[in-house]
Amino acid sequence: MNSEAKSNKTVGKKVANWCRDWARQWQLQTMVLPGIICMIIFNFIPIYGLTLAFKSYSVTSTIQDSPWVGMQNFQTILQDKYFWQSVQNTVGISTIKLVIEFFLPIILAIMIFELNWAPFKKVVQTITYLPHFLSWIILGGMLITWMSSNGMLNGLLNMLGFNIHTNHMLNAGGYWSIASLSDVWKEAGWGTILYLATMSKIDPTYYEAAEMDGASKLRQIWSITIPEMSNIIALNLILSVSGLFNSNLDQTLVLMNSQNQPKAEVINSYVYRVGLTQGDFSYATAVGLGVGIISVVLLTITNLVTKKLNDNQSVL
Amino acid sequence: MMLSKKQTKSNLSKVRKTKGNKVFDVVNVVIMTLFSLIILIPMWNIVISSFADKNATSFVFWPNKLSIANYVSVFNDSGIWQSMFISVAKTLVGVIFHLFLCSIVAYALSKRRLRGRKLYSAMGIITMFFSGGMIPTYLLIKSLGLLNSFWVYILPAMFSYYDMVILMNFFRDIPDSLEESAKIDGASDWKIFFSIIVPLSKPALATIGLFHGVWQWNDFMTAKLYVTNEALYPMQMRLYDIIVKSQAAAANGLNAQITIATSSKGVQLATIVVTMLPILVLYPFLQKYFVTGTMLGAVKE
Repeated sequence: MNSEAKSNKTVGKKVANWCRDWARQWQLQTMVLPGIICMIIFNFIPIYGLTLAFKSYSVTSTIQDSPWVGMQNFQTILQDKYFWQSVQNTVGISTIKLVIEFFLPIILAIMIFELNWAPFKKVVQTITYLPHFLSWIILGGMLITWMSSNGMLNGLLNMLGFNIHTNHMLNAGGYWSIASLSDVWKEAGWGTILYLATMSKIDPTYYEAAEMDGASKLRQIWSITIPEMSNIIALNLILSVSGLFNSNLDQTLVLMNSQNQPKAEVINSYVYRVGLTQGDFSYATAVGLGVGIISVVLLTITNLVTKKLNDNQSVL
Repeated sequence: MMLSKKQTKSNLSKVRKTKGNKVFDVVNVVIMTLFSLIILIPMWNIVISSFADKNATSFVFWPNKLSIANYVSVFNDSGIWQSMFISVAKTLVGVIFHLFLCSIVAYALSKRRLRGRKLYSAMGIITMFFSGGMIPTYLLIKSLGLLNSFWVYILPAMFSYYDMVILMNFFRDIPDSLEESAKIDGASDWKIFFSIIVPLSKPALATIGLFHGVWQWNDFMTAKLYVTNEALYPMQMRLYDIIVKSQAAAANGLNAQITIATSSKGVQLATIVVTMLPILVLYPFLQKYFVTGTMLGAVKE
């Protein structure tokens, strides 16, 4: 009894203290408030909306009023062959993309770093960063033009003596390569930025000492540059692996057509189609939630593994 | 001191020029040139194609007939001007709102005496790792009445915890002593923020503003998800419409002539060039802000 009353008293005191401090710094608090309201409305309410995945929602009712259906939506997912097709495409495209986008920027960054003539280095950087700033709509429009029957790709192939006049965007078999390599084209240059920053912080006396000992360029890169970048490499590896189930909705919406759809439909575009085009909100939410959970699990696992390899230091 | 450093450097460069290293340098320059060409040639192909006459034969570098007919028909379409206006408006208004909100929150959170600071940060971190995803967000936007409203471009993107943290770290590095005298004169927090903090933070604000500006200019998904009224289409959405329509026609094996009235290949290309022009023109001058901005974000991690 006594202690309860006491704790009530301290809680009351704490609240009173808090309110007093709040009033004292009301100006700072009014600066934070709009940000908090924005987060509650645009981030937390949709997170609450994930309960839709366990409900049966119809457009005429609200999220709260919809009846619970337990795991029913998730059981449907297991038998949905279009969903599994989209998973296959997502993982296929992501794997090609992530493997290349993991190694290529490391190599490119080292090569850019080793360029001796500063103006040339600057020009290379400016050119290779540029595609990162183009939207997928612009790049998609470009790709469709390059791949079309009388586009640049066929033009180049014809110069080399091939005689090809097909529209490559209508060929489902080539879609994975087009989707993943175009992403590499767009992002590989920009991906070098963090590596270049890390390399510029390496103590130059390491290289001087190595040179005195007669180490070749490649040997220096292997024994100095790469170990010095191990943290950032590990970080990028974690992000790559956890991105396995991420799909690029912008890219898919612009490149997908009725001919390549069986190879182009990814998880995001499937959620879009089922949810917003066909109106099956609960099921689409369940698909999104399921894939989101898998991604978080992947992120945790890869973080644990790299932590083990990296002397128990988390890079995240 | 300076001289001796220079000397060791020149000595080193002599050591450096062994035969193997020379080969390495040459190979390196060749590969980097090729890599730059792989980026440049396809882009050149698009730009020059937009100036090609519709009867020009297949080409890579230079068409046999040039014309500006594509641009004439693009700019004769009043819808393009409307979309251009929406794109510019959403970029400008979006950047102003975003910078204002993120920076006032960042200033308050940069003060360790702020009550509830831990709670606010925890909420922000949750938003970085979890989201409701497409469907719950769509239902929210719908129930807020933001479908087919200009404000759907501005309000949901107004606050970003990530950008806020970058600004907060910048504000923390401003010495407290600069604020002290103003405080002694009885200036309020709002006054200090506007008269002392904002002028000192121009580089950080410019960087965040640029990133958000590029995002706003390039964003098409907001329009695709929430806007069906063509009068509110930004350039990216209009371009998407043109591309997808002509692709659908190609995929269905229709004769291209049927769609040629609204979206011939050349008009499509000219629209692409017009849409990316602001980025192409501004980017080389602003590159250093983008690079330092990425560093700011990375340092935080």
